[in-house]
Amino acid sequence: MIEELLQSSPSWANFGIFFLLGAVLLLIVLGFVTYGILAERKVMGYMQLRHGPNQVGGKWGLLQTVADVLKLLLKEDIIPKAADKPLFIIAPVIAFAPSFMVLATMPFTDQFQFADIGVGLLYYIAVSGLTTFGMLLGGWASNNKYALLGGMRASAQMISYEIPLVMSVLGVILLSGSLNLNEIVAAQKNGWFILLQPIGFIVFFIASIAELNRTPFDLPESENELVAGYHVEYSGFRWAFFMLAEYVYLFAMSALITVIFLGGWLAPIGFLSFIPGAVWFSLKFSVVVFVYIWLRSTFPRFRVDKLMEFGWKVLLPIALGNIFLTALIKSLFF
Amino acid sequence: MIRTEEMILNVGPQHPSTHGVFRLVVKIDGEIIVEATPVIGYLHRGTEKIAENLQYTQIIPYTDRMDYLSSMTNNYVLCHAVETMMGIEVPERADFLRVIAMELNRIASHLVAWGTYILDLGATSPFIYAFRDREMIINMLNELTGARLTFNYMRVGGVKWDAPEGWIEKVRDFVPYMRGQLAGFHDLVSGNEIFLDRVKGVGKYTKEEAIQYSLSGPNLRSTGVKWDLRKDEPYSIYDRFDFDVPTSEDGDCLARYHLRLAEIAESLKILEQAVEQFPAEGAILAKVPKIIKAPKGEAFVRIESPRGEIGCYIASDGKKEPYRLKFRRPSFYNLQILPKLLKGENIANMIAILGAVDIVLGEVDG
Amino acid sequence: MSGEKDLEQLKKEAVAKAKAAAAAKRAAKAAGEAPSKPAEPAKDEAPASAASETPVEKTVPPTEAPATAPANDTDDLAKKKAAAVAKAKAAAAAKRKAMELAGATAPSESSPAEETVGAGANEAPAASSDADDLAKKKAAAVAKAKAAAAAKRKAMELGGTPEAAGDDAPSGDDAKAKAAAAAKAKAVAAAKAKAAAAAKAKAAGMADADAAAGGDDEKAKAIAAAKAKAKAAAAAKAKAAAGGKAETAAPAAEEKPSVNQPFLDKYLKVIEENMGSDVLEDSYINKLSKDVPTLVAKRETYFKLAQFLKYNELLGFDYLSELHGSDFETHMEIYVHLFSYKNRQSVALKVKIDRDEPIIESLQPLWAGAEWPECEAYDLLGIKFTGHPDLRRILLGEDWVGYPLRKDYEPYDVEV
Repeated sequence: MIEELLQSSPSWANFGIFFLLGAVLLLIVLGFVTYGILAERKVMGYMQLRHGPNQVGGKWGLLQTVADVLKLLLKEDIIPKAADKPLFIIAPVIAFAPSFMVLATMPFTDQFQFADIGVGLLYYIAVSGLTTFGMLLGGWASNNKYALLGGMRASAQMISYEIPLVMSVLGVILLSGSLNLNEIVAAQKNGWFILLQPIGFIVFFIASIAELNRTPFDLPESENELVAGYHVEYSGFRWAFFMLAEYVYLFAMSALITVIFLGGWLAPIGFLSFIPGAVWFSLKFSVVVFVYIWLRSTFPRFRVDKLMEFGWKVLLPIALGNIFLTALIKSLFF
Repeated sequence: MIRTEEMILNVGPQHPSTHGVFRLVVKIDGEIIVEATPVIGYLHRGTEKIAENLQYTQIIPYTDRMDYLSSMTNNYVLCHAVETMMGIEVPERADFLRVIAMELNRIASHLVAWGTYILDLGATSPFIYAFRDREMIINMLNELTGARLTFNYMRVGGVKWDAPEGWIEKVRDFVPYMRGQLAGFHDLVSGNEIFLDRVKGVGKYTKEEAIQYSLSGPNLRSTGVKWDLRKDEPYSIYDRFDFDVPTSEDGDCLARYHLRLAEIAESLKILEQAVEQFPAEGAILAKVPKIIKAPKGEAFVRIESPRGEIGCYIASDGKKEPYRLKFRRPSFYNLQILPKLLKGENIANMIAILGAVDIVLGEVDG
Repeated sequence: MSGEKDLEQLKKEAVAKAKAAAAAKRAAKAAGEAPSKPAEPAKDEAPASAASETPVEKTVPPTEAPATAPANDTDDLAKKKAAAVAKAKAAAAAKRKAMELAGATAPSESSPAEETVGAGANEAPAASSDADDLAKKKAAAVAKAKAAAAAKRKAMELGGTPEAAGDDAPSGDDAKAKAAAAAKAKAVAAAKAKAAAAAKAKAAGMADADAAAGGDDEKAKAIAAAKAKAKAAAAAKAKAAAGGKAETAAPAAEEKPSVNQPFLDKYLKVIEENMGSDVLEDSYINKLSKDVPTLVAKRETYFKLAQFLKYNELLGFDYLSELHGSDFETHMEIYVHLFSYKNRQSVALKVKIDRDEPIIESLQPLWAGAEWPECEAYDLLGIKFTGHPDLRRILLGEDWVGYPLRKDYEPYDVEV
């Protein structure tokens, strides 16, 4: 459906439809964010021997995030006097926009995809790098040393971990022969890439945690050291934007892992394909999100120089080694 | 041409990781600390001056609030100083109650130190586990004294409250439970690579430096000096118990971390023995005059608190108030080495080092 | 002040008992005579002794009359006994104070025991001799000399070492001065020791009697001894036995040299060998503080002595445990507690400094751990440490006016 729309000539009606579809996706994503945050709080709570939110919205705290977002929206908009105002205002936008933009090429099911472009994977990785810029800008514009430190750390970290991220995915590209996400899913009919590319998967997973600024790689916003790092001066809705960026990005990354390594919407065993692809996608996606949350409540934080060391001296060589290995195996056996 | 500038960063007084109202002014060059100056005094409440107008029993609640994480040892040091001056002998049951209370407090304090240390480093879960176990200790001490944090339990000549019915059994049951938990803590955290990366080799100092800077407690023992006032200058009835003094040769943050956990194990041993040898009956307070007057003269005593050596100096002129009261507070002395340790470290290590010193601001400022 | 209340209560009791005794006497003398007349002398004793401190109360508990009646056969005897007991009690109080200062705690231990034992029969004479300030003052001079002589005599009796005598001599001198002060001192202390002192009077009387039999010539002592003996005859023998035991125990404790005396001697010897003899102002074992050897340095030799204590191989005090200042109104004092890990021994180092211009050398070059304690002493007391790398007001901040721990501190914002 969307394909036809994309091919059709531009008109206001088409624009309206696209806008509506985009809004629908946004709402879905926001819904995910809402319940993703709640899930994180509940899961982390149970891992820490406590219940997590269980007051607002019944026993499971279902309306907790809604209440939180409402609170954030009603807060006073404080902009520090000496902050660089235009930059300060635009930084959260720059941080959030790419995280939503990358969803354009994500194939959720074989019918539901917005843009099936030939370089979907490349598009994803390229656009997601723009988020760093938003963080850096936020850190600088706050006119606060802690924020600046956080912004610097963020950019250093993101740049360092982009490279292993991309390198580890090269193995997948070699095996599937294309950057198109649909074709990557299709190439997993006989076996998910997590089984064929275990090393690549591990490297990618670790690098993705760094990209997401989540513990154990959450130096840029480490509360204990930098008092929240680059978004320390943001309050209310602007801060909500940063948080939103983080969780939408989580959504996007989990979706990407599902697509690249876990077979997308494909059923694991052939005869289970009567269950719709959306269900499979959701299940795999949920498992990935759960593992992210699990790691957050378990590990302490990396120190900044150790983090750099780890990215450059450990992950990158392993990723390169993985590429060579994959190339070798492919040329010998396939 | 790129020009770099040194930045002055204020860590605190409100900061999640400074363990209280503590301010550290660091001059940083990028992420490396060039100079660090601690600024204290935000919690100075003039305890020593106040004490000059109070009778000894009235000073005891003030001692609670100095090192509020281990109030029992604070209470004890004051009572011990007065008892030493007056030559009062404490009845046996009171001594046992004192030792049990102090060791329980020691475990609680080390749990806080452990939990908050890991929290500073970024992991939120061990903090909750530590506090859950600490909650059990606090509940026990609540049953005994009526308070959860500032116990006001000891008196000159003994203790104020006797152990309620079934309390000793609760302490006895707590020991094996805590041992299991301790093993769990080691499993969870002590082998974690990320954690080890952050604390191994960080904040190292030598034995000579430790002695020069008047460090005490785990800070001193982590350099290899086997010195624990409970064993080497025994007070109360510590000479009746068989326990070890863990030391380490490394002198870094990891060593201090392990020492605190090892000290919990040793305290559990003492508790076990104390509960076993607990006298079935006896007085809990010696026969002391209603108004306590220390004889003319002065005295200085020191005991082992979870943070180090806490001492109490009393200069008395025979009245019922002390003429001069001074507390030798371990965190105050332990903090002196911080500027030296932080030079050349980066900011993340600053948090790790500060956490390993284990200060309590109530004690630093007094 | 509850101390005074105890005193007052006991005095009231004593007054009441004296009244009861007077009433009994009145009753014995049958009706007819003005009851006030014999009552007056009896009353006079009590109020006179109670001075202006207690209001004279007229409660006459009849139950106590029979108890006290046998103790007061005649007014005269009671008066004589009272006077004698007063003198002996004052002497014993002074002696007790002297012994306390020397560090023996046996008297205070025995006094509660004797207090409980002798409470019953002691009240009347104790009350009448109580707070007999005038008598005490008179007896103080006698008591001083007696106490010192008694102490010396006991030292010689027990064949104490010259060391002990040396210890006692300075302590005896101190005792004299302090006894004088103590004797003149507050009734509070006197009240506490009242009953104890009364019992001790008996014991002292016994001991004095023994000593007097040994050939000492002091008349006052002999008189007191005789009177005390007469008094003791009426009192329980058990008390005397207990008192005697405490008496011998107390001097024994006083005489036994401290465990740390050899260490103090060693330090003194080493110091004298290396630094000369004019370095210390004083040195003693602080018996109240777990027998820690205490050295009081002279102002000029403080730093050199500290240096010596640290660097000398035999002494090797490498650990500074405590450093603080105190304001003693006439002077300020720095107390330093040092510890040697090698020898596992502590030593306390004190130095007196001038109060108006408190300047002393800093120990930071020797022990880095002295840095902050000296800042604290500077902050709270105003003691300046020369040679300190960074003397600042760490606790209060630079804009604080005044030095709080001084005894004459007035808060700057007194209206807050």
